[in-house]
Amino acid sequence: MSLETTRQLKHDTPDHDRRLDGMAQGVLGTDMDRPEGPLKVSGRATYAAESRPEGMAHGYLVRAATIGRITGSNAEAIRAMPGVLHVLEDERMIRNAAQGMAGQSPVQKQGQSWYVGQPVACVVAETFEQARHAAQAMMVTIEPDGTHVFDAEAEGAEIDTPEKKQVSQGDLDSAMAQAAFSIDHDYHTPSMSSAAMEPHASIAQWDDEGRVTLRGSYQLLRFNKNELADVLGVAPDKVRILSPYVGGGFGSKLGLAPEAVAAALAAQALGRPVRVVLHRRQVFETVTRRSETKQRIRLACDADGKLTGIGHENLVSQLPGEVFSEPVAQGTHFQYAAPNRVVGHNIARIRRSAAGSVRAPGEAVGVTAFEIAVDELAKSAGIDPLEFRLRNVPDKHPENGKPFSSSTMEATLREGARRFGWQHSQPRQRREGEWWIGTGMAGAVRVNMMIEAHARVVLTGTGARVECDMTDIGTGSYAILTQVAAEMLGFAPAQVETVLGDTDLPPASGSGGSFGAASTSTAVYLACMELRERLAAKIGVKETELTLKDGVATHENRQTPLAEVLGDEEWRALGHLKPGRAGREVRQATWGAIFAEVAVSDVTGETRVRRMDGTFAAGRILNLKTARSQCHGGMIWGIGLALTEALEHDPRDGHMVNRDLAEYHLPVNLDVPQLGVHFIEERDDWANPLQAKGIGELSICGAGAAVVNAIENACGVRVRRLPATLDQVMEGLIAQG
Amino acid sequence: MRAFDYIRAGDTAQAVREGAGQETRFIAGGTNLLDLMKLEVMAPERIVDITRLDLGGIEETQDGGLRIGALVTNSDLAADARVRRGWPVLSRALLAGASGQLRNKATTGGNLLQRTRCYYFYDRGEPCNKREPGSGCAAMGGTNRILAILGTSEHCIATHPSDMAVAMRALGARVEVEGQDGTREIALDAFYRLPADTPHIETVLAPGELITAVILPAPAGGRQIYRKVRDRSSYAFALVSVAAVVEVENGRIAKAQLAFGGLGPMPWRDAKVEKALVGEAPSPALFDRAADILLAEARGHGGNDFKIPLTRRTLAAVLSQATEAAA
Ligand SMILES: Cc1cc2nc3c(=O)[nH]c(=O)nc-3n(C[C@H](O)[C@H](O)[C@H](O)COP(=O)(O)OP(=O)(O)OC[C@H]3O[C@@H](n4cnc5c(N)ncnc54)[C@H](O)[C@@H]3O)c2cc1C
Ligand code: SF4
Repeated sequence: MSLETTRQLKHDTPDHDRRLDGMAQGVLGTDMDRPEGPLKVSGRATYAAESRPEGMAHGYLVRAATIGRITGSNAEAIRAMPGVLHVLEDERMIRNAAQGMAGQSPVQKQGQSWYVGQPVACVVAETFEQARHAAQAMMVTIEPDGTHVFDAEAEGAEIDTPEKKQVSQGDLDSAMAQAAFSIDHDYHTPSMSSAAMEPHASIAQWDDEGRVTLRGSYQLLRFNKNELADVLGVAPDKVRILSPYVGGGFGSKLGLAPEAVAAALAAQALGRPVRVVLHRRQVFETVTRRSETKQRIRLACDADGKLTGIGHENLVSQLPGEVFSEPVAQGTHFQYAAPNRVVGHNIARIRRSAAGSVRAPGEAVGVTAFEIAVDELAKSAGIDPLEFRLRNVPDKHPENGKPFSSSTMEATLREGARRFGWQHSQPRQRREGEWWIGTGMAGAVRVNMMIEAHARVVLTGTGARVECDMTDIGTGSYAILTQVAAEMLGFAPAQVETVLGDTDLPPASGSGGSFGAASTSTAVYLACMELRERLAAKIGVKETELTLKDGVATHENRQTPLAEVLGDEEWRALGHLKPGRAGREVRQATWGAIFAEVAVSDVTGETRVRRMDGTFAAGRILNLKTARSQCHGGMIWGIGLALTEALEHDPRDGHMVNRDLAEYHLPVNLDVPQLGVHFIEERDDWANPLQAKGIGELSICGAGAAVVNAIENACGVRVRRLPATLDQVMEGLIAQG
Repeated sequence: MRAFDYIRAGDTAQAVREGAGQETRFIAGGTNLLDLMKLEVMAPERIVDITRLDLGGIEETQDGGLRIGALVTNSDLAADARVRRGWPVLSRALLAGASGQLRNKATTGGNLLQRTRCYYFYDRGEPCNKREPGSGCAAMGGTNRILAILGTSEHCIATHPSDMAVAMRALGARVEVEGQDGTREIALDAFYRLPADTPHIETVLAPGELITAVILPAPAGGRQIYRKVRDRSSYAFALVSVAAVVEVENGRIAKAQLAFGGLGPMPWRDAKVEKALVGEAPSPALFDRAADILLAEARGHGGNDFKIPLTRRTLAAVLSQATEAAA
C-alpha cells in the first residue's frame, strides 16, 4: 500500500512548540559524518562528467575573442577536421549562465557577442581531444558594433539607478556636518570568482519520446529544469536533471550555464549523448562572477560613539539585460541603528562577463567594507571597536521598525571577544623582527531566507527514505536531511536513506542563499510529522504522546515496534513548506563576530594571518561538523577577499586576464591559520518549526574586514581597495616613512 | 591539443637526433609543456620523451662541485643532503617553487626551460610576440603586475618564472648540453637571451640540443639566503626573489653573489652590484647604493611599478640579514 498524504505549512506565525527538542533519537545537532562521505573519498560518487552513456560524443565551447555582431565562421573547415561530428552555432545558445532562481532562459546568443569570452559555438567530436583541438581552430567572425565601456567607473559608463533600491531617511548631510566624529571614504572590492573545485560539466541525452536527461552540476534543480525547458522550447516535463553530487557551487551553479545548453542542443542534433565539460579557463569566463564594487561609506557619530548617520552608496557592474545586481547594502539596512540614513544602489552596464550571485551576494563585500568603515570611525572616536559596536546594536529594524526575530549581535560580539582574548590596542605597538603584529575584529551578519520546498518521506517498518530534488553541493544536505528524518521517526541514521538530485523527485528548495538546509529540512520535518500523526492514529494515541526511538514506538508505557505497526506496508508522506508572513513581519538574520591576528612585513608589506576565531549564532545547528565546515570555508573566503583574490579585467576589452588557478589566487593552506569556530546555540521560532537558520554564508560576511582591520592595527596602514596586496601595504608603509 | 607523434628516446644520441627534427620538443616532467600544449600555446608535431634516459643522479665533481642530472626532480634535488649542506640557497629556492606535487614531477632541465607565466602568452586570443612573433605584445598597456622591469624590450616584457634557476645563477652554475656536434658546457650567465626583437628565442640552445646536467662549482660558503616575495604564502610565482651568497670578513663584505627572480626575462645577475658591495662595510647606505645600481635601468609598465621599490627593500633586508651577525 502506498497512499501518499501531504502536510503543508504556510509559514505565517512563529512556532513555539520546538518539537525537535522533545524527540528521543538524539542524532540531530551531533557531528555525525556525512553518509555519502565514503563514496566521495573513494571515488565512487559519480559527478556530472563521470557517467559514460553509450555512444557519448564530446563537445567543446568556442569563445568570442571580440565584441559585436556575429557574421560568419569557418565552420565548414572545422567540420572537415578529424573526428568532428557537428559544429553547433545555434542561436539558442545562451550568452551567460542564468541568474539564481530565474526559472527561465537567460539572454540567448541571437547573433551577438556581448563580451569577450562569450561562448558562441560548440564543436562536437568523437573524442574530447578532437573536439578541443577543432574548437581551438574555429574562428567566428565578429563585426564590431561600436565602442564599449569596460570599467564601471570609466567615463561614459551607462548607470542604472533603480528607484526602489534607494533609501533616504532623515538628513545625512547635516548629521555628517554636526557629528562629533565622521568618516567618508570610498572602498573597492574586485571582481571575483566562485572557483568551485569541480568545473561545470553536462551530459545530455534525448530519448525517443523527446525527453532530455541532463546530468549536470547544479544547485537549484527545479529552477534549472524550467530554464533548460525554456531555452529548448519544450515543456518542463520533457526535461529531467540529475545532480546527485556537486563539487562545490558557491553560486556559480545556481543558474543553467552555457555548457548544459550546448550539450542538450548538440545531443538533439546528433541523436546521441553529448558531454560538454568546461575548461578551467572557461569556468572563469562563462560562469557568473561576483561584481566588483565601489562603496562610498559615510558614517557619523556623537561624542559617545552613538551612530547618528549612515550612508552606503554603491556602484556595481553588470551586462546589459541582466536583472540581478550585487545587493551590496543588504546588511546595511539593519545592521546598525542611526536615524539619518542613505542607501544608494547604482549599476554600471558594462561589457565584462555577467555578474551573479557568489557566496553571500551583498553582505560578503558589503558588510566587509562597512565593517572596515566602522573600524575607521571607532578609531577616530578613540573608542575600542568592540565597544563601539556594542554601543550601536539596534533593538529593531532601523529602517522600518520591524522587530528582529532574534538578535544575537551582542551575544556573539561578547562571546567572540572573550574566546579570542580581545584587547583594544593602538597601531604599531607590537613587533617581532621585521613583522608588525596586530589584531582586528568585525561583526558578521547575513539575512536569513526560506523558500518553497517539497520533500517526500517513505516509511517502512525498518527504516525510512527521504526523496526530493535537493542538491548537496558539498555542504552536507545528505547528512542533515538524514538526521532530521532519523530524529523525527526514531531511527538510527543508517536506517534512513536520502535520495537527492533528481528532478523526477519532489521539488525541494535547492541550495543557494543559505536557504537550503532550513527550507528543505522543514519539508522533511513536515512529511515526518504527517507520518507521526498516521502512526499515532493507527496505534491509537495522540501524536504528542508518541515517542519514537530505535524503530520502536513508546506510548503510555507500552512499546510497539514499527515493524509491527506497518507490517509490509510502505507509508508515504509529502511535506510542503510555503514561506509566509513569518518571513516578512520580522527581520530574520544570522549574526557573528570574527577576530583576527595578523603579522605584516615592514619590508615587503606581505600579510600573514596568524590566528582567526569566529563566533556565530544561526538558530538550531543541525549538524555540528557540517556547520563548522561551512564557517571554516567562509572565514577562508574572508582571507581571500582581504588578501589574495581578484579577477583582473583587461582595461582595453574587459576580458578576464588571470583566468586560471595559478594566477587567480585563492588562499592556500599556508595562508590559513588554525581557525576557531564557535556557535551560540539558539532557537529562532520565527525561522521555521526547526528553529534553524542558514549558515552557509554567514562567516564570509565580515571575515575579510577583521583581517584588514588587523593590518591597520599592526602597521598603521589602512587599505580601502581589496585585496590588500603587498604592494598596497608597502606603499602605505613607505608613505608613513 | 594537436595530435602529435610520440617518440621514446632510448639513449641520448637518439634523443638528440630525433630532437633536431622539425617542430619537435623534448618532454621531461611535462608540468609546463603539457599545459601549454593543451592550450595550443605550444603545438609541437613531435614529442621526444627523455624520461627513460640515464640523466638522473647527483654526483660530486673532482673540484668539489656537483653534477646534477637533467632528470633529477626538483623534490629530490631540494632534499639532497649535499645540496642542503653546501648549496642551501638552491634547496631553499626549489622548495619555494610550485607545490609538492609539481616538484615531484618537475625536472632540473625542464625547470630551466619553463616558459613565462605572462597572462597574454597563455591566451591565444591575444597578440603576443613570444607566442606568435610579430603579432604584438598585449601585456604593454594591459595587465602587467607580474611582468618584468629589467632587460625588457619594446617587443616583450615577460619574466622567466623559475626559482631554481635564480639560485643556480647566484651559484655560478653551468649547463651541460649534448647536441649533434657533441657535448658543450654553457655558463648559466650566458644561457638565456634577452628578448630584443626575438622574444620567442629564449636561450642559446640550438634545436635538438639536450640538457644533460647542471654543474655547480664547489660550495661557495658564506651565508646563503633565498627570499621570495609573492602574492600568497605558497604556490605563487615570485613577484621579486633574491638569491644571496654573502660572506663577511673583518667587518667587510668579502663575497657577494646575488641573483634575482621576477625582475627580468632571465634570472637576473648584475656584476656591477656585486662589485659595489665587495670590500665595503655593510650599511643601509651601501645596500641602497647596490639597489641604485641594480635598478638604474629598471622600468615599470604601470601595473608592475611597485616592483622597483619592492626590490630595493627586499634586497636591503636580505643583505642586512646576510651580514647581520658578522657586522
Ligand atoms: C601551477 C604551477 C605553479 C608553479 N610554480 C612555480 C614556482 O613557484 N616556481 C618555479 O620555479 N616553478 C614553478 N612552476 C613551474 C615548474 O617548476 C615547471 O613547470 C617545471 O620545473 C618544469 O619541469 P618539467 O620537467 O615538468 O618540464 P617539461 O614541462 O617537461 O618541459 C619544459 C620545457 O623544457 C624542455 N625540456 C625539458 N627537459 C629538457 C632537457 N633535458 N633538455 C632540453 N629541453 C628540455 C621541454 O621541451 C619543454 O619545452 C609551476 C608550475 C605550475 C604548473
Ligand atoms: S610580455 Fe612577452 S609574453 Fe607577454 S604578451 Fe608581451 S610578448 Fe607576449
